[in-house]
Amino acid sequence: MLDRAATEAAAKSEATRRVRFRGAGFVPASSRYGGWIALALVIAVWQAAGSAGLVNALFLPTPAAIVRAIYQLAVSGALWQHLSASLLRIGVGWLLGTGAGVVVGFAIGLSRLARSVGITFISALFPIPKIALLPLLILWLGIGEEPKIATIALGVFFSTAISVYSGVDAVPRNLIRMAQSFNVPFATIVRKVIWPGALPAILAGFRITASVALLLVVSAEMIGAQYGIGAFVLQAGNLMQTDQLLAGVVILSVFGLVVGKVIGWLETRLLHWR
Amino acid sequence: MDLIANHISHRFGDLAVLDDVSFTVGAGEVVAIVGPSGCGKSTLLSILGGLLQPTSGAPELRGAPPADSLNPLTFVFQDFALLPWATVEENVEFPLLHTPLSAAQRRALAEDALSRTGLTDFRATYPKQLSGGMRQRVGISRALAVKPAILLMDEPLSALDSQTRELLMEDFVRLLADGGMGAVYVTHNLEEAARLADRIVVLSRRPGRIREVVTVPMTRAARGEAAAREKLLALQNQIWSLIRNEAIDAEREVQHA
Repeated sequence: MLDRAATEAAAKSEATRRVRFRGAGFVPASSRYGGWIALALVIAVWQAAGSAGLVNALFLPTPAAIVRAIYQLAVSGALWQHLSASLLRIGVGWLLGTGAGVVVGFAIGLSRLARSVGITFISALFPIPKIALLPLLILWLGIGEEPKIATIALGVFFSTAISVYSGVDAVPRNLIRMAQSFNVPFATIVRKVIWPGALPAILAGFRITASVALLLVVSAEMIGAQYGIGAFVLQAGNLMQTDQLLAGVVILSVFGLVVGKVIGWLETRLLHWR
Repeated sequence: MDLIANHISHRFGDLAVLDDVSFTVGAGEVVAIVGPSGCGKSTLLSILGGLLQPTSGAPELRGAPPADSLNPLTFVFQDFALLPWATVEENVEFPLLHTPLSAAQRRALAEDALSRTGLTDFRATYPKQLSGGMRQRVGISRALAVKPAILLMDEPLSALDSQTRELLMEDFVRLLADGGMGAVYVTHNLEEAARLADRIVVLSRRPGRIREVVTVPMTRAARGEAAAREKLLALQNQIWSLIRNEAIDAEREVQHA
């Protein structure tokens, strides 16, 4: 008893020290304006280097020159001519590819027969760079808009089908069993359980297919088009008009950002429950 | 309406899970199923509820369900199985959507079920905003909304903390008090079985066979009284002695699997 009291007294007399905090890090949080500030800094340095003559304007025009080029394109009406041609191709191609991809993806996700057949075909055809099929599609569909739209639709179709059936596969089985336990009909289960359950994966797929569509429209327009951002960029490159070329690149980047924002908005609206 | 397990056996591939299980759940009766881990309790419940096809034997119904029952055999799931994108009210209305009821009738049924589980104020809430106990209350409301004849409850309290379990157990006792609704209650917890069941079916370790059917010798109302506690404890000890050695063997089996 005395020994214990003595030990406790000795322990109390010792200096205390804090337990070192070891839980920091691994929780990356992005600041709201950090990215924009970094972008502004890069543009400022780029502009300063160009203005000071440190960079040859032929190889890398200044941001101000690119903005001027965009302005001139807009004023002359060429911007809308090229942009509308690209938007039409992307829009129609993306809608066709997405529509077919959603239908086939759901069929693969819900039917044993469609899964056996569909996955085999998708595995075989998905890895083919779709732009390599453009000459064949021109042969089949002529030299108009159709082959370009078909190239985009094909590129979008495979990614969409994969994301849709992956999304259907990822719907928790317990929810389906719950619905079955209440005798909920198949169509209602698809509409009320599987569709909303697969929607996060489908929207994530849309993000990817939007980029795929952009990539393919530029490639297709570079191969065979008079109008379109891809054709414009190629033409500017051939004429060494690098300010125009980069103006086209900036327009593509802005387009990608806008599409990303639209999908982000859709996710916020449709997936608010997450 | 009676629910009958008629010589039910089941295998998953080479693995025999259930072997010739037969018993009857009478109208308004509460039957608990207990047994060591992996003895096929949940499999048996899935078979009884028509969610799994048995290898042999069959679940059968005798007699007509109550006229107002929209889903005579209704599950309450261990993991709640709530639609995360739907509000509490939408979850409770979900099993009514395909019925011929009007929107107003559906809403009235959902409202009644929500009020019986104390969820009226949470109707616009999403499942992720609720505690585990509240989520299970939503699951119970959803089951009540279809006016079941027999509730099939698969360890409905096992994912919850002990205080919430106690509160929900009181809810179950209240909901089953009038004998209008029967239940098959699968559980690991012998205390839950003894407090809720009229009869307890004790299964052996895998493949699950009926070792014994124990009748709880008092009404549910009487089980809350102090004098009943010793009897219930003795009953739990009796059942535990039946399954203890097999539970140890089953646990080792699981660990070595």
